[in-house]
Amino acid sequence: MDRIYLDNNATTLVDPKVKDAMEPFFCQRYGNPNSLHGFGTETHPYMSMAIDRLYAGINADEKDDIIINSCATEGNNTVIKGVYFDLIKEGKKKHIITTQIEHPCVRESCEFVKKLGADVTFLPVNQDGVVAPAALKEAIRPDETALVSIMWANNETGLMMPIKELAETAKAAGVLFHTDAVQAIGKIPVDVSACPVDFLTFSAHKFHGPKGAGGLYIRNGLKITPLLHGGEQMGGRRAGTINVAFMVGMGIAMELAVNGLAYEDKEVRRLRDKLEDAIVGMSDTLVIGKRELRTPNTILVSVRGVEGEALIWDLNKQGIAASTGSACASESLESNPTFVAMSMDKELAHTGIRLSLSRFTTEAEIDHTIKAFKKSVERLRGISSTYSGPVGKP
Amino acid sequence: MAKKDLIGGALWEQYSNKVSQRMDNPTYRGEITNEEARQLGAKLVVADWGAESCGDAVRLYWAVDPETHVIKKAAFKSFGCGTAIASSDMMAELCLGKTVDEAVKITNIDVERALRDSKDIPAVPPQKMHCSVMAYDVIKKAASLYKGVEMSSLEQRDVVCECARVTLGTIKDVIKINNLKTVEEVTQYTKAGAFCKSCIQPGGHEPRKIYLIDILRDTRLEMERESIQKRSESGSFKDLGLIQKLKTIERTLEKNIKPMLLADGGSLEVSDIQEEGGRVKVYIQYMGVCATCPSAKTGTLFAIEQELRKKIDPSLDVVIM
Repeated sequence: MDRIYLDNNATTLVDPKVKDAMEPFFCQRYGNPNSLHGFGTETHPYMSMAIDRLYAGINADEKDDIIINSCATEGNNTVIKGVYFDLIKEGKKKHIITTQIEHPCVRESCEFVKKLGADVTFLPVNQDGVVAPAALKEAIRPDETALVSIMWANNETGLMMPIKELAETAKAAGVLFHTDAVQAIGKIPVDVSACPVDFLTFSAHKFHGPKGAGGLYIRNGLKITPLLHGGEQMGGRRAGTINVAFMVGMGIAMELAVNGLAYEDKEVRRLRDKLEDAIVGMSDTLVIGKRELRTPNTILVSVRGVEGEALIWDLNKQGIAASTGSACASESLESNPTFVAMSMDKELAHTGIRLSLSRFTTEAEIDHTIKAFKKSVERLRGISSTYSGPVGKP
Repeated sequence: MAKKDLIGGALWEQYSNKVSQRMDNPTYRGEITNEEARQLGAKLVVADWGAESCGDAVRLYWAVDPETHVIKKAAFKSFGCGTAIASSDMMAELCLGKTVDEAVKITNIDVERALRDSKDIPAVPPQKMHCSVMAYDVIKKAASLYKGVEMSSLEQRDVVCECARVTLGTIKDVIKINNLKTVEEVTQYTKAGAFCKSCIQPGGHEPRKIYLIDILRDTRLEMERESIQKRSESGSFKDLGLIQKLKTIERTLEKNIKPMLLADGGSLEVSDIQEEGGRVKVYIQYMGVCATCPSAKTGTLFAIEQELRKKIDPSLDVVIM
């Protein structure tokens, strides 16, 4: 077995079907869709199909917009800065609510508008690691809150937020609601007709599409100041020549992801559970978050006595790609904000390892990983000064 | 920021091959038992430093000859990242064959240097330096246990950062040895301030007796004073700062020139000094009778210049304002 990729919450392989679908748009149908000649116009049917696939993928209405952009970071920046420009700078509202466990692109965008004068509340999570609708309700200031931004599923833990209830809570108070659905698309059903979000963002590379393509869903043509000014692309809502190849690829990727949801829920979940059971079966390991509250592909585990970076180093030597939120592995030595927000044991901030599967993960890979994982943990516990054998769980 | 900083995720690429090899296969991992120590005719020392909740912990074992105080065998165990394990392994190796007093002199810099593949390329990226600092602390701890003295007699015991158990002594040493200029660097090198951040400055998670910003400022001032003293003691005029140069010139003028001028009812003062191409121009203004004396621009000026060049440095030129 060559290499095993279990870091699918970071990025995924491009599905070969997606790659094939993109191929003609590099050297044959390379026209600029805004051109009036044949090279330009011949791309339009393919773009239409991609748009149809994206709308169908999240069950968006014809009245809604899905702006094609470069990634969820761009979409999230557009929403937060757009709301700042339209409502806060204009003096209509002044408050944004988000959470302590958001991806940096949401957190840092909120910190940015905070510096420009917005009031920002960073909601904590409850003991299950999720944001409680009651906490949101309490934080909303009826006349002041402009936007609520809460991720659909957390990238580190896989924990899913009760997005429907949270969106309804915001809606009931007349507040705009945004969700970063990057870790939800392709893992669990995402249906905007059943969940009253105003904005939703996603990145193609998290569901086997290309890096550098994303989408921003906007309900019912809601006006929001664009992030990029320039040409009239995307109805003037996002300037910049459209990357037709990536847009087509993202459309196919969305269709394949949605069609694969049953497989995700059954097979990916089964393999994830198999790996998780094997790890939990080892002494002194702790998986974070209740299984039923997590996306079917994610495990965040703490291995007592073994530092996270050392473990992913060792796994990498055995050809297995995982990730860690350990402070030691970050450029700044800072603890992962999700870990801090979940007020988990201090130890966990240094021992958390994330394993994230995809529909391309095979049973043989999981069997091999179980063996390799045990081998690495045994070796590192052999070196560890803080682990001297099973102590049992309190 | 520059071209080299554009691609992230290069942490592991910055580890030397030695770090990588020692992480994969640490030579001195393990422990020394009482039985082993006895067979070696040695005294067993077991020192712990750090904690799992800090992200790094190390246990150092020494078998020390009670007669010669030479460390005959060393071993370690470590909870930590790759560089912590590699640093601990190198630290154990560096202790071998040294007396306890010699071992106490091993610094984190020695450990890092020993892990380099080539002498000009650091073995680890800056934020990973703290792993070798821990190796430095645990040696002190082991030595204090062996000698039956308080660690404070080997280093300052005041713990500044509770999370990472970093002491004032370590912080001051690390600032001085590495010439650190920012609190961020202090955090990267020592891990102090990397966790709850309380110890960085007032207003954090919990109040502290002493903060990193104060330690850094005071230590830099101390370094400045030491370096000024060193330079003026070494007597090299060229190495002095502008103010020290000015003071030196004024001292010489007060002592050797002004009494002469004063005897004739004149004086002078230095308006400015400027450095140009290795020369130091001293701009003076005459006062009293000197201001109108014809020889002030010829013979007297020449005499002043010669005196300054002789007493201080040949690079001095005197210019009348």
